[in-house]
Amino acid sequence: MTHDLASIRAILAQVADPEIPVVSVVDLGIVREVGVRHVAITPTYSGCPATHVIEADIRKALDAAGYQDVQIETRLAPPWTTEWITLEGRDKLKAYGIAPPDRRTYASCPQCGSDNTEELSRFGSTPCKALWRCRQCLEPFDRFKCH
Amino acid sequence: MERALYDYLLRRGDDSLILSQRLSEWCGHAPTIEVDLSLANLGLDLLGQATLFLDYAASMNADVHNADALAFHRDAAEFRNCLLVEQPNGDFAQTIVRQFLYSTWQKMLFDRLAFSKDPTVAAIAAKAVKEISYHADLSADWMIRLGGGTDESNRRLKAGVEWMWRLVPELLVADEIDNELITKDIAPDPASFETDFMTKIAEVFAEAGLDVSPLPRNFASGRRGYHSEHLGHLLCTMQYLPRAYPDAQW
Ligand SMILES: [Zn+2]
Repeated sequence: MTHDLASIRAILAQVADPEIPVVSVVDLGIVREVGVRHVAITPTYSGCPATHVIEADIRKALDAAGYQDVQIETRLAPPWTTEWITLEGRDKLKAYGIAPPDRRTYASCPQCGSDNTEELSRFGSTPCKALWRCRQCLEPFDRFKCH
Repeated sequence: MERALYDYLLRRGDDSLILSQRLSEWCGHAPTIEVDLSLANLGLDLLGQATLFLDYAASMNADVHNADALAFHRDAAEFRNCLLVEQPNGDFAQTIVRQFLYSTWQKMLFDRLAFSKDPTVAAIAAKAVKEISYHADLSADWMIRLGGGTDESNRRLKAGVEWMWRLVPELLVADEIDNELITKDIAPDPASFETDFMTKIAEVFAEAGLDVSPLPRNFASGRRGYHSEHLGHLLCTMQYLPRAYPDAQW
């Protein structure tokens, strides 16, 4: 079959992150390079348990579309950064109730939008998130850590 | 096989692996849920680093299949971690002291290792150092909180320092394996950041109300496989399943 970059990209854009299923592996910047013969991915954190699941999910999606001969390569350098999360990915995170990563010292509450918030713990439900609380609506929320 | 590089990878991988296993012992037992999550996440970061280093080491040794083979099928005398990381958790203060001393040192080491002439080592270090900065910050915060907390927390913190301090000098010595890699610009000389390290320790100790004792002479040689009694017990737990059921699958 012919290998067409656009359709490989489209397949990857459908592969959801296993821990935050509203965003795709492309939204998160995990996919670093797409070729007709290979796809390069990068782990978020060294110990992120989702890394293996992500690779398996991409493999499954490519195989199902007939791209069994497209190799998946894991690349460590340059290290993943939250800067690589796409604008679309940021919007999806926010809509899902996770404050997207940014360089500000405070976070805006994804429920009510208030900036009157506080960090409860720098480690949240997954390695990439911190636990915050809104002082306005009192709801706790996850904030994607700048990394 | 390049013997020196192989040994160096084991040293890096084993430090991370053993400290990770220690931290995982806190899972479900930490004083608060936030601390429980923090320690588990630190352990996870360290486990990821260990996997990367040990997989790289395994790729150089035809007798070893992968990181798991190195983690689960070596005996205590074949481990190359420093004695600091294998020390028992003790109480929360003792765990924090161990973490603070190790993460502060590891951060400075990896800052430099990220510029290693070996591209794989450089890539692993550059990735890991972002995570280690968190570990160093978190443990420094807790040092200060425990030091300035109650008489009880201060007493426990001092006891933790008392236990761990004698194991710091091992982090700062270089042997012939380090020296070979230092010459090749693959690894940094620990002496090159000893002053920075001691300055940082002094800064945090001062804020925590602790005195800095002079460093004793190094007696430890975990890097050559001479370990404390604690490592064997740790390995019993960590290695039990893959050894008892070699074909077990997740
Ligand atoms: Zn709110």
